[in-house]
Amino acid sequence: MDITVNILLTIATAATPLLIAAIGELVVERSGVLNLGVEGMMIMGAVGGFGAGYLTGSPWIGLLAAIIVGALFSLLFAVMTLSLATNQVATGLSLTLLGLGLSGMIGTSFVGQPGVRLPNLDIPVISSIPVVGKLIFGQDPVFYISIALTAAVMWFLFKTRTGLTLRSIGDSHTSAHALGIKVIRYRYLAVMFGGACAGLAGGHLSLVYTPQWVENMSAGRGWIALALVVFASWRPWRVLAGAYIFGAVWIGQLHAQAFGIPVPSQFLSSLPYLATVVVLVLISRNKRLTMMNTPASLGQPFVPDR
Amino acid sequence: MRIELVKRPQRSALFSMLSPFIAFALTIIAGAIMFALLGVNPLNAFEIYFVEPISQVWQLHELAIKAAPLILIAVGLSVCYRANIWNIGAEGQFIFGAIFGSIIPVLFPQFEGPLVIPLMLLLGMVGGAFYASIPALLKTRFSTNEILTSLMLVYVAQLFLDWLVRGPWRDPQGHGFPQTIQFGDSAVLPELMPDAGRANWGFVFALVAAVLVWLMMSRMLKGFEVRVLGSSPRAGRFAGFGFNRMVFFTFLLSGALAGLAGISEVSGAIGQLQPVISPGYGFTAIIVAFLGRLNPLGIVAAGLVLALTYLGGEAVQSALGISDKVARVFQGMLLFFVLGCDTLIHYRIRLIGMALTKPNGATKLEAAPKLEEAR
Repeated sequence: MDITVNILLTIATAATPLLIAAIGELVVERSGVLNLGVEGMMIMGAVGGFGAGYLTGSPWIGLLAAIIVGALFSLLFAVMTLSLATNQVATGLSLTLLGLGLSGMIGTSFVGQPGVRLPNLDIPVISSIPVVGKLIFGQDPVFYISIALTAAVMWFLFKTRTGLTLRSIGDSHTSAHALGIKVIRYRYLAVMFGGACAGLAGGHLSLVYTPQWVENMSAGRGWIALALVVFASWRPWRVLAGAYIFGAVWIGQLHAQAFGIPVPSQFLSSLPYLATVVVLVLISRNKRLTMMNTPASLGQPFVPDR
Repeated sequence: MRIELVKRPQRSALFSMLSPFIAFALTIIAGAIMFALLGVNPLNAFEIYFVEPISQVWQLHELAIKAAPLILIAVGLSVCYRANIWNIGAEGQFIFGAIFGSIIPVLFPQFEGPLVIPLMLLLGMVGGAFYASIPALLKTRFSTNEILTSLMLVYVAQLFLDWLVRGPWRDPQGHGFPQTIQFGDSAVLPELMPDAGRANWGFVFALVAAVLVWLMMSRMLKGFEVRVLGSSPRAGRFAGFGFNRMVFFTFLLSGALAGLAGISEVSGAIGQLQPVISPGYGFTAIIVAFLGRLNPLGIVAAGLVLALTYLGGEAVQSALGISDKVARVFQGMLLFFVLGCDTLIHYRIRLIGMALTKPNGATKLEAAPKLEEAR
């Protein structure tokens, strides 16, 4: 029983950064912007979070710094794609490349330093209820943030007027503009929300998941988060499901390696990436459904004609 | 302050020429600020970064070694991007080219003679094209997003190479080091001028590929097809150009060139397979392609510039003790500025001060023409 609970806990820990980053990107893409820089914003959040936590000794300040760093870094993308109407694919890629380089440079002095870890929630008595206590009341704070965030985004997108406006911009920026909606302003805010989420996801990596700084520690999670959004057909609750499936694959291959299954470890390590490809194929097979779900103006630059 | 874009009636030839240079100048300025923040005299750092690494003949050879894979890969990618098809997995195709090409020297080391190198190069191209055909197939057959699949396959390729050199292909006499046997003499890409430096035939391949692809893009129907489908898929369909065929064509071409780069690097510069054979050439080549304005001849120049950022990064690391990650930062900044400056080709940029816009915002229309007159 204890082993099961522990495995479930590690799956939740592995799924949390994927979920947060993907939820952020979902809002960005719902507004019609494709930001391929998730990996870069995540790694910047990770190094920023680690650095702030390491220097101040407070993991909470670290987490806050991760969010701010992610949002500021995404601002770079926003200025380029929204104000200068650059190609979103290329700009997103360059955000990732710059993030990987910049984080490596900033983090040089952090390598090998002991980090600070965000403590798990521990409510006396309740947390010690067998099984349920640990699973529901004994996880790290970011886990709860991720669940709350998913619910909030779901409510925002589908139950509020602003959410409806955001979705309409994603489906047709020209119509939204004609209605007098400030397309660019909405998109700026959406992109920065996505950046803050990616930063938080990175902060989770360097303050909870493995409380230390390792170069390239995001290891493609930002890209998997992007795939999750497609997999989820731009629906928040499906992102939640997808993130936990991927968390399970990630943890599953680690456990398989630990148990010494007679398969080379490199093959097991490549499972999450292969699973991403397989899942993308499965979901995109139905062209009509994909067309219906994709925000119609996704990735297209928009220049208001005054 | 607000930025407003005004569409030019036609693309500006002037800025089309100037934009890479403006971008480079802006990168230098941003780089100076970065060095100053790191507590280094920018002028001193720039001399070490950009001048010293190419002040001697043998160093120019090192530059050519670094530039060759960048140019080869970027030339292929430029065709993809022109067609609006996004292959970003060149790093994986590079690795698979290296693996396929190494089959002969690793598994059949007794096979020698003048045929070895051409066969290796051919196998390298086949390997790269094979690996690129996976995202192409998935895109055409299942309309799966090629950006994500081609990128995911990079991780898979890196792990596969890691397994090969630690497992079945490991040199039994290698004292447990994760590497294959040293390639035999006839499997090593010859140097161009052994007396002057290490540069090998890879650089020549890069130049030839650039010229050939340039000819194709500017003088042949295929190039026209690529450009039409890239700028207007609808027009391309009316002209009878098949989109799916184009996806395969661009992926196979860019994959083959990345594979050629991979085997050239392994057989020329390294001489054996190792767990890591590329300092991110496949990703840096994306920057090269854009800095070269997606033009094969521009890419040759851009490849040399980006190769210099690698050498400069190593130089400042040893001379000033700054992390060689500085190179990656330079490369990232350069791409940002290139993309930003490209906006100038299609748009005029107008800065609108808040003061000009009255609080109710309705006067924006009046304020803008006044700004025009003021010029």
